[in-house]
Amino acid sequence: MTEPEPGGNAGGATTVVVEKLSLTLGDLPLFDGLSTVFPAGQTTCLLGPSGVGKSTLLRAMAGLIAPTNGRIVGGDGRGLAGRVAYMDQSDLLLPWLSARDNVGLGARLRGEPTDATAAHRLLALVGLRGHETKRPAALSGGMRQRVALARTLMEDRAVVLMDEPFSAVDALTRFRLQDLASTVLRGRTVVLVTHDPQEALRLGHQLFVLSGSPAQIEKSGVPDLPPPRQPTFGDFPARYQDLMDQLAVGDAGAP
Amino acid sequence: MSRVFRGAVTVAGLIVLWQVIVLVSGAPPYLLPGPIETFTALVTRSGLIAGHALVTLSEILGGLVLGTLLGAGSAVVIAMFRPARRWLLPILVTSQAIPVFAIAPLLVLWLGYGMASKIGMATLIIYFPVASSFLDGLRRTETRWIDLAHTMTGGPRARPFAVLRHVRLPAALPAFASGLRVAAAVAPIGAVVGEWVGSGAGLGYLMLRANARVQTDLMFAALLALAALAVALYFLVDFALRKAIPWQPDTLPDLDP
Repeated sequence: MTEPEPGGNAGGATTVVVEKLSLTLGDLPLFDGLSTVFPAGQTTCLLGPSGVGKSTLLRAMAGLIAPTNGRIVGGDGRGLAGRVAYMDQSDLLLPWLSARDNVGLGARLRGEPTDATAAHRLLALVGLRGHETKRPAALSGGMRQRVALARTLMEDRAVVLMDEPFSAVDALTRFRLQDLASTVLRGRTVVLVTHDPQEALRLGHQLFVLSGSPAQIEKSGVPDLPPPRQPTFGDFPARYQDLMDQLAVGDAGAP
Repeated sequence: MSRVFRGAVTVAGLIVLWQVIVLVSGAPPYLLPGPIETFTALVTRSGLIAGHALVTLSEILGGLVLGTLLGAGSAVVIAMFRPARRWLLPILVTSQAIPVFAIAPLLVLWLGYGMASKIGMATLIIYFPVASSFLDGLRRTETRWIDLAHTMTGGPRARPFAVLRHVRLPAALPAFASGLRVAAAVAPIGAVVGEWVGSGAGLGYLMLRANARVQTDLMFAALLALAALAVALYFLVDFALRKAIPWQPDTLPDLDP
């Protein structure tokens, strides 16, 4: 028996190509002619000091900010509109909707019929069976973030953009959510912004470290095993040290 | 201690205070009737008062419905269309610089002596609090909710009305409710001022007539009925709004009336 992708059909994973991207936020030139490729079906973690433009790059990929110059496209050369799902560090659940209706928000907004069966299946997948009709206020922070993950999966997009998705929950919940996300997002092109080097090393197929102004991308090595990795296993500790050194260099000017 | 008990104690205390003032000041009943004279008038003239109260209540409710519809409609139009924002918003704001009471005689002139001018007055007085608080709610939607919605619809320009319906409107409901509470509190003012300027029925009319005939006890009874009406209306609206917006957290629960 072949195991189906846990999060459903990825809709054909696609490369994300950033071409000569220039972006100025206020007076600050965040990017100037930045080019890079996010490989299809893999998780790429973006690290770097605060204010370097990680979240801005993610928002530009999500189509929420228009670049000054250059473009961000899929492997087929077309724009990414309608092909990305976005997950934020806060759950962004609408407080008046039940968990199930929050998961189905995308379909409502697009005027499509909501697939209650799929919503229930995805909520069960993230471990929230029996909580479908609860409002966000009745759920814990970790549970809300699971609902947000189910909502992201419900969108069933080829590209998933995550901005520090697990930074607001406690350490143990974060660890479990990382394992869960890594499993259910397998096969999709995931770009994950994080401040946490350990999270990046656990989840990333590759690591991009942003530094400088305008920002440049430098790649960093990942441990040998496939994600989600255990922090004490194999060459994880060595990679962790390398990454910390690299981040320290990029952050040299900061206090 | 229950809310009802506290309310009863407050009302009883105020009545006692009223009686004490009457006794201490020695004011004659035609200047300041005591609680007993007033309640006697309220009971013996209950049919008369009830009839006029019904007229005033209809005017208040009519104004409340019309003012809320117009106010909410304006807020949505102003929030959704940029030209409307540029042209209508200044008008909305300056319209409040005109004292509504000054327009009352005009309304009676244009809409007549009957209910229409009073409903118009109540509508005018309700329109602004509803429109401005709802608009405030509509423009202060959590930006990241809107961003999320835009990634779902496929861009900032896609399906703005779906985003309005499913995100902006529900998010603005608590602000709208604040406006509606204010509206429920001021609506009786509009109706009574309308009646004072010119009318043949309603509690405001009854009070003026009783005043002219030095039936001060009847005037007080009518005032009491009006206050009861206004308070009941406010609590009814407040209760309905709480039921309708259960997700809105109350971080000062002791402010519950």
